Formats: sequence, structure tokens, C-alpha cells
Amino acid sequence: MNEILEILSEDAKATPSEIAALLGRPEEDVAKEILELEESGVIRKYITLINWEKLDQSFVFAVLELKVALQRKTGYDAVAERIARFSEVESVRLISGDHDLSITVRGASMKDIAYFVAEKIAPLEGVQSTCTHFILKSYKEHGVILTDRPKPKRLVVTP
Amino acid sequence: MKQGLKNVLAWNANAHLNQVVKAMPPSGIRKFFDLVSEMEGAISLGVGEPDFVTPWHVREACIYSLESGNTHYTSNKGMPELRECICDQAKKEMKLDYDPTEEILITTGVSEAVDLAFRATLNPGDEAIVPEPCYVAYTPDIILAGGVPKTVPTGLSDEFRVQPEDIERALTEKTRAVLLSYPNNPTGAIMTRSDLEDLADVVVEHDLLVISDEVYAKLSYSGSHCSFAQLEGMKERTLILNGLSKSHAMTGWRIGYALGDPALVGAMTKVHQYTMLCAPTMAQVAALEALEKGNEEMLHMKHEYDLRRRLFVSGLNRIGLTCFEPRGAFYAFPSVQAWGLSSEEFAERLLKEQKVAVVPGDVFGASGEGFLRCSYATSREELIEALDRMETFIGGL
Repeated sequence: MNEILEILSEDAKATPSEIAALLGRPEEDVAKEILELEESGVIRKYITLINWEKLDQSFVFAVLELKVALQRKTGYDAVAERIARFSEVESVRLISGDHDLSITVRGASMKDIAYFVAEKIAPLEGVQSTCTHFILKSYKEHGVILTDRPKPKRLVVTP
Repeated sequence: MKQGLKNVLAWNANAHLNQVVKAMPPSGIRKFFDLVSEMEGAISLGVGEPDFVTPWHVREACIYSLESGNTHYTSNKGMPELRECICDQAKKEMKLDYDPTEEILITTGVSEAVDLAFRATLNPGDEAIVPEPCYVAYTPDIILAGGVPKTVPTGLSDEFRVQPEDIERALTEKTRAVLLSYPNNPTGAIMTRSDLEDLADVVVEHDLLVISDEVYAKLSYSGSHCSFAQLEGMKERTLILNGLSKSHAMTGWRIGYALGDPALVGAMTKVHQYTMLCAPTMAQVAALEALEKGNEEMLHMKHEYDLRRRLFVSGLNRIGLTCFEPRGAFYAFPSVQAWGLSSEEFAERLLKEQKVAVVPGDVFGASGEGFLRCSYATSREELIEALDRMETFIGGL
């Protein structure tokens, strides 16, 4: 994997000068390569991983599994792209197995999401069935364990 | 007992101590440990072990094994599967053939292997050559084995690689062994194949045994590690000591091993069977899992050390703590000679004034005076913060 992407995927705030120090490369080279990665669309966005459960006022998330009728010309793409346009929808993925699309939805409340599914997703042409799973607790997101555990202790000075 | 006799024979525990143990000074690291432990908000670059926790699949394999009831002794030499796995890897990585039935011993950490190696090979008064600066246990282990340590200095001009002339100078009729520990703690120095070849003539000419502690071998950042045993004709006279502590972030598990001539390993096994019996079974199970399935995570950790190494070493040089490029282990060994302070004074003031803990180089031998051991087995954020504080400290000198 590209070493710069590897570092940025772990820490979006890493600056070109920090990355240059880690890789032992000139800062200008690193900055130029990041710009190229951004312009070519490899880097799409720098986001922050938030543990929403730490906040009193939070969101409700749900995973939806959809069965979709396959279209002759566009396959699953037309329906999937249509669903992706809703701002409530956080991710849309084509999956193997019993269902065709897996989508995650964010809402202010369970009721909010239920209405959204009933009004916007279920009636879509091509969507044959929906199955909504509300997320009750998130243990790990983007490779980061969210549950707090005390850090294992190391001796402060050892030979 | 009669009252009078009781008074005459008042208990004095000190009178019951072994004289060799009694005369042995405590490790110089202890003082810093106590100072740092009492300090809030200190950043410690004094830790000689990975900051990574043992990968989960390894811990999980150990838990499963315990659940299955594998709580018995193993063979004195260690689990056959583990011995075979290590010998297979030695063949693959170093092109060296070791017989898993008689040329390998699994030990309780490399520390035990070092102790056994000296005890199994030195007779009273035999001398062993130890290049310094080095890990703190070799000299005491040699003394405890009844041998006499002959330290040989290494220096910055040779990037802390031991030179054949220096070994030759230390030779006497009683010299039996040379210890090599590369990649080196505390300097981060390595010895390449050609560096080692320069030593081979001296070793053969004086019929020396080479005891090679290679616990940092996997943490070599410029090409793969070369063992002295890999040199032509040197396998028989080399004892390789290695373990999983540093490579697989498994310090607390205490698993090491020795590879070498059946007579040498057999003698070590004899001592081991009477003193240790076998390395802990659950730790051996975990070690097998780590060696069989932990390569990717090992490489990932090595890569992270390498990133930090570049960050930290360039940072040290930038702030004026000049430092040669360490190509192994996870230590940088910058010089403090420009400030006219001893290593200890520098380290103590740095800790008190800026709360950064490093280990004075002289703890690892006289030739470490004028240097500091800084471990970069700590997070990038801490390394950056430590560099800032060190820069402030130097600015005030």
C-alpha cells in the first residue's frame, strides 16, 4: 500500500511535514503526492471518527438489508445510486448472500428512520423488500475499538 | 535453646549471603526507575520493550489452550512443534539446518538462554569478551557462572560495531568466548555480513565460542539481519540466542531459545532441566501461534518502529542531539558530549527540568558515557512531545 495513504488512513490530521519526517522524504514531494491523490479522487475526504455514544444527544443508526430487482441494462447500479442520493443514507454497498444491498442510515430517532424507510426506500421501484436492523451499540468502527478499557501498564524504565 | 547461646548467635542474614552476589552492584537503571515512577506527567523514553500489546490472535490461542486444559509440563527442551517451527524458520530465513531434537532448547526468555550459555561453557576463571555498551545482564551472568568478563569498548567512530583489533587486545590464554549482541541494545548498531567476516579470523585463530544474542534480529531496518552462524564454517562455533519478546511484542511471556551444536545445547539443557524444568507451557503455545501466524503483524510493528525511527532520529539531529543512524532494535543513542555534562547529569536534569526520561549511556558500560539511550518504542505523539521538551531543555543549557 502507498505509505502516505497508510499514514493518512490512520491519522487524517498528519501534515505533509510530519509524514515527510516519518518516511524520510522531502516535504515538498509528500505535499505534491497528497495533492495528486486528492485531485485524482483516491483521497475523497478527511473525516473524524466520533464515538457518538459519549454524547447525551446522539443519533440513531440502522443497517438495512434490501432485496432489489435486477434491471436489464443497469444491474443494481440505478437503484443503488438513487438510494445513495438521500442525505440520511451513510453507506450503500452491494453484497453477496440473501440480500442485495446493505445500507446504513442515520436519523434523529427510531421513528425518524422508520418513516424514512417507509416513505423513501421501500416504495422505490425495484426495491422488493427491506429489513431494518437498528444498531444498539457500536463496539468497533473503522478499526478502532470504542469501548473504554484501561491501558495495559508498562514499567516506566526497563533495561 | 539456652538464653546465652541465642544472644551469641543473633541472626544476621547478611552473613548468609553468597559473596559473589553480595559484591554485585544493583543495575544503574534502578535509580531512574524510582525517579520516573514518582513523577507525574513524565514521558518515558526509557522503556526497553515494545509499546504494542501482544497481537490478539496470539493471546486468544493461549486462552483457548488453557480452556482445553493444556496446563502440564512440556519436554525439558520445549514443545516439539515449537522446536520444529523455529528450526524450519531458521532454515528458511538463515539457510541454517538445526536438528529440532538436539540442537535447540526453548528457554524462559532469552535472559535464561544467556545465563545457561555462560554456565554451560565457562569454567572457573575462564574469560568471556563482552563488547560494550551492551545490555546490562551479560557481565553479571558471566560472573555468576564463575567466569571473568572482559569488556571491550565500542565507539561512535565505528558506529558501535566491535572491531577485531579490540577483541584481539582483550585476548588472553583464558579467553573462551565472545559475546555478540547485534542489533544492539542500547546503541541500535548492527553488524553487516562483512563486519562479521572481519571478526571470523580472530575467532577461529583463538578457537573461541561465539555467543550471539539476536533478540532484535527481526528489527533490522536496512536489509535482513545476518547472524555470525551464517558465515562459512562458523555455525558450529556459534550459539544463537533469540526469542519472541521484541519481534512479536511478547516480553511478559518469557519465551526464548538457543540454537547450536548438540554438545553445547545439550549442556544448557542439563542445567535448564534442573533449574527451570521447562518454559511455561501456555507461553510456548502462544509462541507457536505467533511464529506460525503472526508474521504479518510482526512486519506491521516493525514498519511502525521504522517510521518512528526516521521521525525521532531526524528530530534529535535537528535539535542538536547528534545521533548516528541506528539500523536495528528500537533505540537511538545520541551524544551529549557537546554540553560538558556527564550522561547521568544530563539525564537527571532532563528528567527534573523537562520530565523526559532517558537512560544514561554509561549504565550499559563505560564506553556509553557521553551518550543517552532513547527508546522509540513509544507513540509518535509522545516522541514529538519529547523532542519539543528536549529542545527546550537544551536551549536552557
